[in-house]
Amino acid sequence: MNPTDKAAAAGTGTPPAAEWTPRIVAFFCNWCTYTAADLAGVSRLKYSPNVRVIRLMCSGRVDPQFILDALSKGADGVLIGGCHPGDCHYVEGNYKMLRRFRLLRRMLSDMGIEPERVRLEWISAAEGDKVKLVINEMSAQLSALGPLNLPGKAKGWDAELTAEREAVHA
Amino acid sequence: MPKPKVAFYWCASCGGCEETVVDLAEDILGVVEKLDIVLWPVAMDFKYADVEAMEDGAIFATLLNGAIRSTEQEQMARLLRRKSRVLVAYGSCACMGGIPSLANGFAREEILKFNYEDAPSVVNGPRTRPQLSFEEEGRKTHLPEQSRVVRSLDQVVDVDYFIPGCPPTPLITKKALAALLGDAPPPKGSVLAPDTALCEECPRKVGKPADLSFAQFRRPHQALLDPEKCLLAQGVVCLGPATRGGCGAQCPAGNMPCTGCFGPTSRVRDQGAKILSSLCANLEAKEAPDIDRVLEGIPDPVGTFYRYGMAKSILRRRVDLNGG
Repeated sequence: MNPTDKAAAAGTGTPPAAEWTPRIVAFFCNWCTYTAADLAGVSRLKYSPNVRVIRLMCSGRVDPQFILDALSKGADGVLIGGCHPGDCHYVEGNYKMLRRFRLLRRMLSDMGIEPERVRLEWISAAEGDKVKLVINEMSAQLSALGPLNLPGKAKGWDAELTAEREAVHA
Repeated sequence: MPKPKVAFYWCASCGGCEETVVDLAEDILGVVEKLDIVLWPVAMDFKYADVEAMEDGAIFATLLNGAIRSTEQEQMARLLRRKSRVLVAYGSCACMGGIPSLANGFAREEILKFNYEDAPSVVNGPRTRPQLSFEEEGRKTHLPEQSRVVRSLDQVVDVDYFIPGCPPTPLITKKALAALLGDAPPPKGSVLAPDTALCEECPRKVGKPADLSFAQFRRPHQALLDPEKCLLAQGVVCLGPATRGGCGAQCPAGNMPCTGCFGPTSRVRDQGAKILSSLCANLEAKEAPDIDRVLEGIPDPVGTFYRYGMAKSILRRRVDLNGG
């Protein structure tokens, strides 16, 4: 292990491997997927507790910056839920998300992030069971992939910075 | 009253920013009249020891260009920070990592191996690599160590102002110097350029349709471009909508798309994510395979969207390089 890796492993606040479970940030659209998650709740469907749901008015509101921000702040995966094609309350929003998602996936894999960590699903208001299925599946997938731990990685990268190492050799 | 002291320094950069200072042409005389240059390695002979000997805060302002990617650059940045009352990140590299920060897509070893062994133009039989220290006849010499991560200046030391551009234009430099020397200096942390998107000042704005719709992307060498119509309307990836103005839209005026060197406006955190968002929203295709086919027209999204700003992007660096 080189010093950078050691620094990445130390002081990151990441629990030891045995205790770790994935952290998923989910952006659900108000009209379909969030309502579906509500339905899953009312129907007492049990799904993995690893997901933190954020309600937005439309999947078209999911700025790719939100996804990068979630990952960089410690999410192991990001799930986006929107209405099925043709069903968007705002007509086009889910198509916009789909297009952004297709390019963002390519960009993420170029940046060394497994494409499975970001997932887009169409889930209508009636599909509470699909919410359960997708979350459980993604949680299992991320458990297999292991932690992404970007905050810890960034800390490790910056371990090479030292205030005063030695005199400047002009 | 003694003239305020200024320093110009360069780190990981190409020298283009220094050229802008020279491009002030006769206006440089006005600068010299008002200011006393105490360090400018590209043009004048001063030693680092002279700077070290100064009292802390003795320099009024340092304009530092270039990214930080070696131990020497880091130490000089810290030294000049200590000696200067105002530290200005000058140019895209100091502001956002610039072109050098594209190296954040690679491990240091990959970079060294390519440059000293594998590049087609390299002849290096014994595979010599730069050494950190070397001794001959009792004399020991040192070389700075290349860092693993390329950084913007403000990722290393506290920065007071940012002047963006690759390079910043003489006009924007002159305006910034005047603002710094004026009675009411701008608030700390300001980017000394307009806070509006480039499209605002683009001469092609009139030719921009209200609704853009991309059926395909073309690169500038693949088409004869209409010199007046909005480049986006012609299917060319132009970063104007996600880029700060202030350059006078010189590239679009010269029939080339904006590549984003002024960085994002204050409302945007990640320039690449924002232009991705904007371009993709306006694609015509609705099915994944068709979408992918159109997006193939952007062969290198990371290099295109973060050409000048990988270091300051949210991810900063390819994340799977581990310690490399």
